[in-house]
Amino acid sequence: MKSMLKVTLATASAALLVIGLVGCNRTPAADNGAAAPMKVTLSLSTLNNPFFVEVRDGAKAEAKKLGVQLDILDAQNDSATQANQLATAASNGSKAVIVNAVDSDAAGPGVTALNKDNIPVIAVDRTVNNAKLASFVASDNVAGGMQAAELLAQSIGEKGSILVLQGVAGTSASRDRGQGFAEGLKKFPGITVVAKQTANFDRATALNVATNLLQAHPDVVGIFAENDEMGLGAIQALGNRAGSDVKVVAFDGTDDGLKAIKAGTLVGTIAQQPGNLGKLAVQQAVKAIKGEPVDATIPVPVVSVTSKNVDEFLK
Amino acid sequence: MTTTTPTSHNTHRFSTKRFLADNGALVGLVVLSLLLFIATPAFLTGQNILNIGIQASTIAILAFGSTFAIVAAGIDLSVGSVAALGAMASAWMFTDANLPGWLALLAGLLTGLVVGAVNGAANAYGKLPSFIATLAMLSVARGLTLVLSDGTPIKTPPIVSFLGSNIGPIPVPIIVLVLAALVASFILNRTVIGRSMYAVGGNAEAAELSGINVRRIRVIVFALSGLFAAVAGLLLAGRLDSAQPQAAVGYELDAIAAVVIGGASLMGGYGKISGTLIGALVLVVIRNGLNLLNVSSFWQQVVIGLVIALAVGFDVIRRKTRSS
Repeated sequence: MKSMLKVTLATASAALLVIGLVGCNRTPAADNGAAAPMKVTLSLSTLNNPFFVEVRDGAKAEAKKLGVQLDILDAQNDSATQANQLATAASNGSKAVIVNAVDSDAAGPGVTALNKDNIPVIAVDRTVNNAKLASFVASDNVAGGMQAAELLAQSIGEKGSILVLQGVAGTSASRDRGQGFAEGLKKFPGITVVAKQTANFDRATALNVATNLLQAHPDVVGIFAENDEMGLGAIQALGNRAGSDVKVVAFDGTDDGLKAIKAGTLVGTIAQQPGNLGKLAVQQAVKAIKGEPVDATIPVPVVSVTSKNVDEFLK
Repeated sequence: MTTTTPTSHNTHRFSTKRFLADNGALVGLVVLSLLLFIATPAFLTGQNILNIGIQASTIAILAFGSTFAIVAAGIDLSVGSVAALGAMASAWMFTDANLPGWLALLAGLLTGLVVGAVNGAANAYGKLPSFIATLAMLSVARGLTLVLSDGTPIKTPPIVSFLGSNIGPIPVPIIVLVLAALVASFILNRTVIGRSMYAVGGNAEAAELSGINVRRIRVIVFALSGLFAAVAGLLLAGRLDSAQPQAAVGYELDAIAAVVIGGASLMGGYGKISGTLIGALVLVVIRNGLNLLNVSSFWQQVVIGLVIALAVGFDVIRRKTRSS
């Protein structure tokens, strides 16, 4: 008897779940029927990072302005989750999809499927390989790395030992920024990189790694961090040496990074404009839906932010 | 914590094998430190020792909580997320709910305790294996952290930031680490609840028959694990002056590794706080040393994996020695 009850309960709850899911799926589609606003799906690699939160906010604001219904999905840095989300987008009435790939290769098949359904796909921040993109909106990380090298070199008088805090090993952002930085440094033979270590784009990790590296190389005069979070960790590790005898340059231009520039602990950051990334991506999506011509790549400029121009970026 | 002396003067015959098996982690830590001392002059300096202590504080305190769970034959996979949630709750209470700093700190600790108790209740009364219950909580707690923070860091109250500062030359995280070790060790060795954890972990049915309320112990075990996780999270937030939504991602694996390197058995019923502390130090010393030597990050992961495998190997040898 007891087990019968359990089975019944389990079946009932499973049924409820299915009904719930179907219900959820149906509502937006029904909305779409009667000349509803254009629907666009935005699949973000993660919302667990202020940068992508700003991409989302920029996209949201632009969508509101243009009267687009924007569905925002968080793939939680999982390519499989993203693949599912892209598959859902194909069937829920989206007229265009904006994808910020967790992994450029892994997103390929999902985007190809959308291509077959003639749904235009706009990639933002990271490209998608082996699929057709209506447009690719991204900042130029290599150029940004070179700008960062220039900033750091100027602040330390073009000579001395420096540290590099790398991002997650193997990611394109880390590769491109690192490559640009190394190229930029070639102009300054007086500067030596004494250690390069990863801190996984993470503030807490950077605090530990920078502390350790400063122990091994007490004479460094500069640190380049491949994102602001790590730069802030390095600043925490430096304590009151930050900004005075050790100059830190980072990358991204997040709120906390800009505040650190204002406070004088961070010399400069290479501001990507995540809000603009999101905004331009939505604009491209709308153009593509209306059948207007769309540029294959939309380079979003990166800007060197220092104490001189930080106020323009602080909100 | 290094006061273990060989019992060669006792009537027992001294056995090298046994000594190695019982103190494998400690021997490993000493050997590792010697190697690093030879390899780089930066290793054995006062400041670097303090650095290691500070860096060990988060992992070790998380791992103390995990020791309770593992001794009681459970596992807590949610500690990293709970650490982040505890810190975030505290920062949120202070910044958005305008609570006074000390109250926000308490709220953070309470969050950890409650979330842990929920894990325990799901395990003890909901009959979910702890692996599943805490795996679910890993996701739930991280999600709530993101909801509270909306994905951006929140500034911590001054009292939390104090946890990341120094009192004179002594870093506060090290003080908290020592206190947490003493408290955890006291709970495990000197209280009825602590002794019951070993009994439950050794053989839950026998423990039940001998009059221990096994369910209640399980709830307490996970509540304590959650509380220690919150302490670790607040400490980490204090060091960063802000509660980070992505703080402590993946730390549960470090915590479990520390407990296992420290000689606890994943089968339950065996484990020591001193061992866990040594385990955490081993992990941190390896990372510190690899940084000092500028070893490529690709190899760092390989090395850490090998150390964990080696430690579990020791666990197997140890169990054989003990049963023979």
